[in-house]
Amino acid sequence: MTRTRWLQVGGIVLVFASAVWIASNVLERMVAPAPAPSATPTPAPPAASVPHIIATLYYGTPDGQALAAVKREVPLGEGPREQGRQILQSELEDPPAPYLSLIPRGTTLRAFYITDRGDAFVDLSAEASTQHPGGSTHELLTVYAIVNAVTANLTSVERVQILIDGRQADTLAGHVDLRRPFERDTVLVRETKATE
Amino acid sequence: MITRDGRRPVASIMLNGQEYIGLDDLAALLMLAVREDALAGGVTVTYKGRTVVAAADQPMASINGRVVTLPAPIARAGRRLLVPLDFIPRAIAPIYDSPIELRRASRLLIVGNVRVPRATIRLEAAGPPTRLTVDVVPPLAVSTAVDAGRVLVRVDADALDIATTPAGAGLIDQIRTGDQTTTIAIALNTRAGMPRTSTVTTNESTRVLVEVPIAAQQETAAPPPAPPPPTPPAPAPTSPEVPPPLLATRTAKLQTMVLDAGHGGDDTGVRGLKGTLEKQVTLDAARRLKRLVESRLGVRVVMTRDEDRAVSLDERDAIANNSKADLFLSLHANSSPSASVKGTEVYYLRLDRAGEEARRNAAATELILPVVGGVTRPIDIIPWDLAQASHVDASSRFASMLEEEFEKRVPAGPRPLQQAPMRVLSGANMPAALVEMAYLTNGEQEQRMKSDEFQNAVVEAMYGAVVRFKAYLETPPAP
Repeated sequence: MTRTRWLQVGGIVLVFASAVWIASNVLERMVAPAPAPSATPTPAPPAASVPHIIATLYYGTPDGQALAAVKREVPLGEGPREQGRQILQSELEDPPAPYLSLIPRGTTLRAFYITDRGDAFVDLSAEASTQHPGGSTHELLTVYAIVNAVTANLTSVERVQILIDGRQADTLAGHVDLRRPFERDTVLVRETKATE
Repeated sequence: MITRDGRRPVASIMLNGQEYIGLDDLAALLMLAVREDALAGGVTVTYKGRTVVAAADQPMASINGRVVTLPAPIARAGRRLLVPLDFIPRAIAPIYDSPIELRRASRLLIVGNVRVPRATIRLEAAGPPTRLTVDVVPPLAVSTAVDAGRVLVRVDADALDIATTPAGAGLIDQIRTGDQTTTIAIALNTRAGMPRTSTVTTNESTRVLVEVPIAAQQETAAPPPAPPPPTPPAPAPTSPEVPPPLLATRTAKLQTMVLDAGHGGDDTGVRGLKGTLEKQVTLDAARRLKRLVESRLGVRVVMTRDEDRAVSLDERDAIANNSKADLFLSLHANSSPSASVKGTEVYYLRLDRAGEEARRNAAATELILPVVGGVTRPIDIIPWDLAQASHVDASSRFASMLEEEFEKRVPAGPRPLQQAPMRVLSGANMPAALVEMAYLTNGEQEQRMKSDEFQNAVVEAMYGAVVRFKAYLETPPAP
């Protein structure tokens, strides 16, 4: 007897709950037309409500031996070029702990563009080169942090060429050849484990 | 013959020189519905609403009205229906929702998005040391382990596509594949010493090099500490009758080598925590090595700089190329974002696509030019800034020798041997490598780098590699 009662009560509660849920959902949509994924090219307001994408950025692993692929929120950009710009801006910022920065502080993004052939050009300010601490291994990590950040997130980009101060550069600090574009390379990337 | 959630063997049947597979087997594996059309005599194969109709007597099938040809019509063996092997890629693949690939050479049928790289195993030299390479295409993570007289090469894939497995030779008794589908087991001879492995990944492939030396005591090729008496430095870059070879042929000699002390002048290179400058460390080491090589080996050594001045990277290559050097070694000291990283690392050039093309085209565009004395000499046409392209193999050998010699004497870095697009190496028209001797960003290494003991250890290691490379260059290639 009691069991049927319980079942009845439960059923009523369930129906009621789902009705409330549906109603609240519908109401919510009617009352507050949620920030429709702005398809219009309005400049993203610098509020916390800026639409984001989750992008993979690259930093030094805590032990300094490899690149760590780190998922981070990056402001949504309109089209690959704008998105690339946002990704690089984020990549140039200080990394979250415990990761290590590979790009000299003070480096800014002067320009970013993509050709029809899928070649992206990343134009960095002179600090990328003048403030670089040097060393082949450090330089390789810096270069591939930038190259991988672009190629991992923008599927339309096949290759990345790094420019310094608007010009083709030989190297950042005397080692890695910047005269030709780079393709994505994950050899230096290490899967980040919790126990590091 | 089929892989998906593993490997499954499927029997095939030879009929009139054609290889067939049972349609019932295929249907079971790929979850196809098969219906025989008794009237027309054909067969309808259905997969998720898409159909293929195969004609009974004609070597063709129709996929949604489009006709594809087959090497042979469907055959019948008793009650079973047989389809030619090509029926799979030509007729089934178009209606299937995951990729199907038939690799005839390796007798593999690959269904779905599985990573089945081609692995090519080559026994390069019986030795000793016995050298073996494994090329994995496309590049994937490869790990190597040495265990109980075996070297295990494990590829991070779902299966391996290995066309042929060479028989053992030299210090390698046997090469086995297939115990586990992604592991290659290399069984070593009892006379074998500790095997050495290195892994290099390019855009096209991952290459694992396994080198097995003979056990400890008699390493016959060891550098004799009492080398030929010091001969005076070779006269000049002009050696009249024997033009220096442009290609790294094995008949070459090591007469001249270039030592490139990294950085200099305004370009200080890495600055250590206590103020040690890379430009000074590299010059010190280059000078020590020059003395050693010239006095003990009688090889002429040209320095790209012998004072504290700035030299552009192009100028360094130009000095090497104009000296007709047979070997180029660039000395550097390293930096890391973490002070904990230490050790020695060796680099040789990694070619990008343009470089690979240049390398392939080099032979094709070879010109035979007349030279003084009425003889001809083949000249490779290769963009000068890719001069290194035709020497990468020799460079990799020199780099491995460096790495091995370092390992005997000084701590190795996290990646002791690497391939990277190094600017100063790309224009060198001779075997070339770059050494990062130590991390100046590591306090202990910065301190040690100043000591005679450590500097000598580093310089002895490089000298050891030069001795070995000289022997390698001057030994005629093994038959």
